[in-house]
Amino acid sequence: MPLMQTLTQKLANPTRFMELSDRVLPWLLAAAAALLVYGLYLAFFASPADYQQGETVRIMYIHVPCAWLSMMIYALIALSSFGLLVFRHPLADVSAKAAAPIGAAFTFLALFTGSLWGKPMWGTYWVWDARLTSVLILFFLYLGLMALRASLEDEAAAAKLTAVLALVGVTILPIIKFSVEWWNTLHQPSTDFTSTVDPSMRWPLLVMAVGFTVLFFAMHLKAMRNEILRRRVKAMRAQAVAGRDRLAAQAAE
Amino acid sequence: MTSFSALVRRDIKLAVREGGAIGTALGFFLIVVSLMPLGLGPDLNLLARIAAGILWIALLLAALLSLGRIFETDYEDGALDILATGQLPLELVAAAKSLAHWLTTGIPLALLAPILGILLNLDLKSYPILIATMLVGTPAVSFLGAIGAALTLKARRGGLLLAVIVLPLYIPTLIFGISAVSATAGPGGVGAAFLVLTAISLAAIVLGPIAAAAALRIQFQ
Repeated sequence: MPLMQTLTQKLANPTRFMELSDRVLPWLLAAAAALLVYGLYLAFFASPADYQQGETVRIMYIHVPCAWLSMMIYALIALSSFGLLVFRHPLADVSAKAAAPIGAAFTFLALFTGSLWGKPMWGTYWVWDARLTSVLILFFLYLGLMALRASLEDEAAAAKLTAVLALVGVTILPIIKFSVEWWNTLHQPSTDFTSTVDPSMRWPLLVMAVGFTVLFFAMHLKAMRNEILRRRVKAMRAQAVAGRDRLAAQAAE
Repeated sequence: MTSFSALVRRDIKLAVREGGAIGTALGFFLIVVSLMPLGLGPDLNLLARIAAGILWIALLLAALLSLGRIFETDYEDGALDILATGQLPLELVAAAKSLAHWLTTGIPLALLAPILGILLNLDLKSYPILIATMLVGTPAVSFLGAIGAALTLKARRGGLLLAVIVLPLYIPTLIFGISAVSATAGPGGVGAAFLVLTAISLAAIVLGPIAAAAALRIQFQ
């Protein structure tokens, strides 16, 4: 994929990344807003209530996109970590660092909405079944990534160590994906999206899933920009302090 | 290979002669297990039902507290730098140190567990399978723990951070370790859980040293 390669190589220059992301970000935000407004309208007004679950089925339009994002974001962090450790791409760590809190938030939302859905459907907010437990472990992994990064003084070492932990944690992703198929659990197995979901619900769910994904990429891009700016400020401050020290040394001579 | 076994023997000797290294873990194990009946009430039927779970969780906590020993003391006195610059690849250094940790912590804890089972009114029939699952499962505890120990080597508040990082990695071991024991009541269930537990341990033995060595290398740069 020569096109992909040149794109990631071009983006290795932070200045060029800032220019490009500055141009892309408004469009992404607008697309996310439009998709989510349309999707929420479909989910809450235009789509029918379920014949068994009644109105509570509408939780699905929030729950499923969050659950999908919780795994996709971890995969993105793992990919970025790989990019950092193997190719030493300068923006890989920025991407991994920016994505972790957002991923933790979506994982929490997936657990939270799932538990609200579970109360009317299963009669309990929480069960220790394989899918719920493995998503909870994923949430702990996100927390571990953030805690490890926060507790290390040296930012370059923190980046690489967090990347190692992210790659170790990747083993949990297939367990989450297949937990509902390997174990006979209360959480339903993944529905074959194209055939078993009625079109009247499939279309709103698809719009919501795409909307949430675009929203994540907009937030991710914004967080990456903030992180790059933070690093620049830090570097400039260090430079200013060094310059002042040099002036003071010259004055003393 | 000789340097590998020399390193294992050195770590075992250190653990045995240092005093308190093995004993403290065993004492912690004993105290946590004996706190449980005090907290849950002395109902023997209840205790018998949850004994395997209590023993596994207490074992994980006891092992967790001793994980710092794998790299920390050697890092502080500089021995780890010498090992890192030596002939033996860092992966094998990490493997040797994890193996020594298993031999000096995992095995003693696993052997103490059935004795503590008496305190919890554990069914006598479950004893062989309990010891077997703990012996098979504790390598995962040591080798996965080595990853956490290597990652948090230079971290502030390393001990708490180690728990946050390592305990989620222990969850599969815990789940299958307990289901192997509690499945003794039903026919056929033991084998599957036991095999999965073995698989987790074998995977940890391979992957743990690689990840731990990567983490060590980053910090020696």
